[in-house]
Amino acid sequence: MTLFFEQCLNGLQFGLLLFLLAAGLTLVFGIMDLVNLAHGSLYMLGAYFAATFSVWTGNFVFGAVLALAATLVVGMAVEVIVMRRLYSRDHLDHVLGTFGLILFFDESVRLIWGPAGLSLPLPPWLSGSVQILSGFQYSAYRLAIIVVTLGVAAFLYILVMRTRIGMLVRAGASNREMVGALGVNIKLLYTLVFGLGAALAGLAGLMQAPILTVQIGMGENILILAFVVTVIGGIGSIRGALVAALLVGVLDTLGRAFFPDILRTMLSPTAASALAPALSSMLIYLLMAIVLVIKPEGLFSAGNK
Amino acid sequence: MTGVLNVRNLTAAILVIGLVLLPVYSHLAGDRFVLTLFTRIVIMAMAATSLNLILGYGGMMSFGHAAYLGIGGYAVGMLAHEGIYSGFVQWPVAIAASALFALVIGALSLRTRGVYFIMITLAFAQMAYYLVSGLARYGGDDGLTIYKRSQFIEPLNLSNKIQFYYLCLALLFATIFLIWRLINSRFGMAVQGARSNETRMRAIGFPTYRYRLACFVIAGTLGGLSGVLLANHGDFVSPAMMYWTRSGDLIIMVVLGGMATAFGPLIGAIALLLLEEFLPLIIKVAGTPFFGSSAAARGSEYWMIVMGPLLLLVVLFARGGIDGMLAKLGAKVSAKERS
Repeated sequence: MTLFFEQCLNGLQFGLLLFLLAAGLTLVFGIMDLVNLAHGSLYMLGAYFAATFSVWTGNFVFGAVLALAATLVVGMAVEVIVMRRLYSRDHLDHVLGTFGLILFFDESVRLIWGPAGLSLPLPPWLSGSVQILSGFQYSAYRLAIIVVTLGVAAFLYILVMRTRIGMLVRAGASNREMVGALGVNIKLLYTLVFGLGAALAGLAGLMQAPILTVQIGMGENILILAFVVTVIGGIGSIRGALVAALLVGVLDTLGRAFFPDILRTMLSPTAASALAPALSSMLIYLLMAIVLVIKPEGLFSAGNK
Repeated sequence: MTGVLNVRNLTAAILVIGLVLLPVYSHLAGDRFVLTLFTRIVIMAMAATSLNLILGYGGMMSFGHAAYLGIGGYAVGMLAHEGIYSGFVQWPVAIAASALFALVIGALSLRTRGVYFIMITLAFAQMAYYLVSGLARYGGDDGLTIYKRSQFIEPLNLSNKIQFYYLCLALLFATIFLIWRLINSRFGMAVQGARSNETRMRAIGFPTYRYRLACFVIAGTLGGLSGVLLANHGDFVSPAMMYWTRSGDLIIMVVLGGMATAFGPLIGAIALLLLEEFLPLIIKVAGTPFFGSSAAARGSEYWMIVMGPLLLLVVLFARGGIDGMLAKLGAKVSAKERS
């Protein structure tokens, strides 16, 4: 039972992390109509920046803040140099152009940080565990991730739904020319939105860095999961991204933890252990297929974003 | 130069003749590397040509085409691992498996449009990737060595490099011809019509979903066949064959060569794979006068840093790909002749 509860929390943590990535993707797609494959590269950069800056400053939190700022700057630079020229093109061009960016970023990282991975050690106050209920311990760092991402989700909601900038962003999404004609600097707005998406990806990367190794290509695997999340949630919908991210995170984590056992009750042990790793990694794609059969536009299609 | 004899057709003809005569050169010059390289190029060109059917003509932006390479390849690899070497078993199984996969994936994905379609095909291809990565019996992440190529009756012997090259080339030309015939048939017209205006096609009574699905399955099957060839060529299959960057490479080939053109994917495959092969060398040679030979040699390891932006430039400034440029060149030439 404790194990189940712990895995549920792990799933929640992973789901919230996926939400950070998916929110950036879906924001950029919903507002600029841009498919950004290089989103995973920004996640990777966040992790690399955090690993480097926390060594420089000698402090995990300072390192994380600097890394966040750095990914924001890189994101805005990428928008000004490249993405801006892609908005008016079709989606295939977006895919190809940002694919080129991935090659560039992966290779630049290899050039700067070398091919070997980095690791980011946790400060002592985060590396212990916390007692949540009597007799139930949980990793302090994972708990911190949950708290931070929930805070970011709330911040995003307020930013988009309750502030003037958010209002302009939503207006820009529905009619770019009109907002521009009313005297809003839409170019700057887009740069800011893209930077925000990049910072969210960077935040996800730097928070994941102490748990995984920081390595080249780390962004690409999780990017696919973020795609699955956005597709399930409905592209362009932040609320959908949150719901779908939690669904995918929990299903994936619980599937990996318990699916082999469930399989063992149905099949012979050898067959079960041979099939379990392959099948449990398929679960989320199965979920996506089921959602698509029922609602081809995702759970919360962009109509009610 | 108008009519049949224009720059584009001339280029295609030169390419075809060049590819047919390549083994002669390789034999005379004793250059075995070029034959291996071009066998690979021909196989990838076949996969790109099959992708062009749905991407270029059908307007379906599939980002998971490498999955078929993997499925075709693994059908060969798994059967060989179980001791079944006959090509008469392996090839039909591979073709049936990729057709079935395309049918299921297509039936689900084609319910959606645009970005959804891109992301879903990508996700399903990744699913196939993780599926084979998890199969410990067949090597998992490490892949599977194929100790014997597909066996056919004498005199066809796939282990003979020249024979194998010509087999691949014949299948490539057959694919190009098949797709060309298909596109100019009633079926192909309907598929292209659905690309430009689906609502109208449906209004005049075409079941566009079924047409697209049929198109998707044909492309997947041909992709699977190129996977069979790729597995035989490398004597090895691994999940990396169907990693999503490989799907990206295939899209690049199609777009670089020229979408919705008969020979575009072939031109694109040749251009991309030769560039991949020789870009490190180009960087080394071009960099030597500026940075010294050792720095340039080190820099050439990071050739992808040039490749990425190059790709971006193609997307931004060279729509229509190489074939489009040739067409423009042809138009210039004929304009000059007229004046």
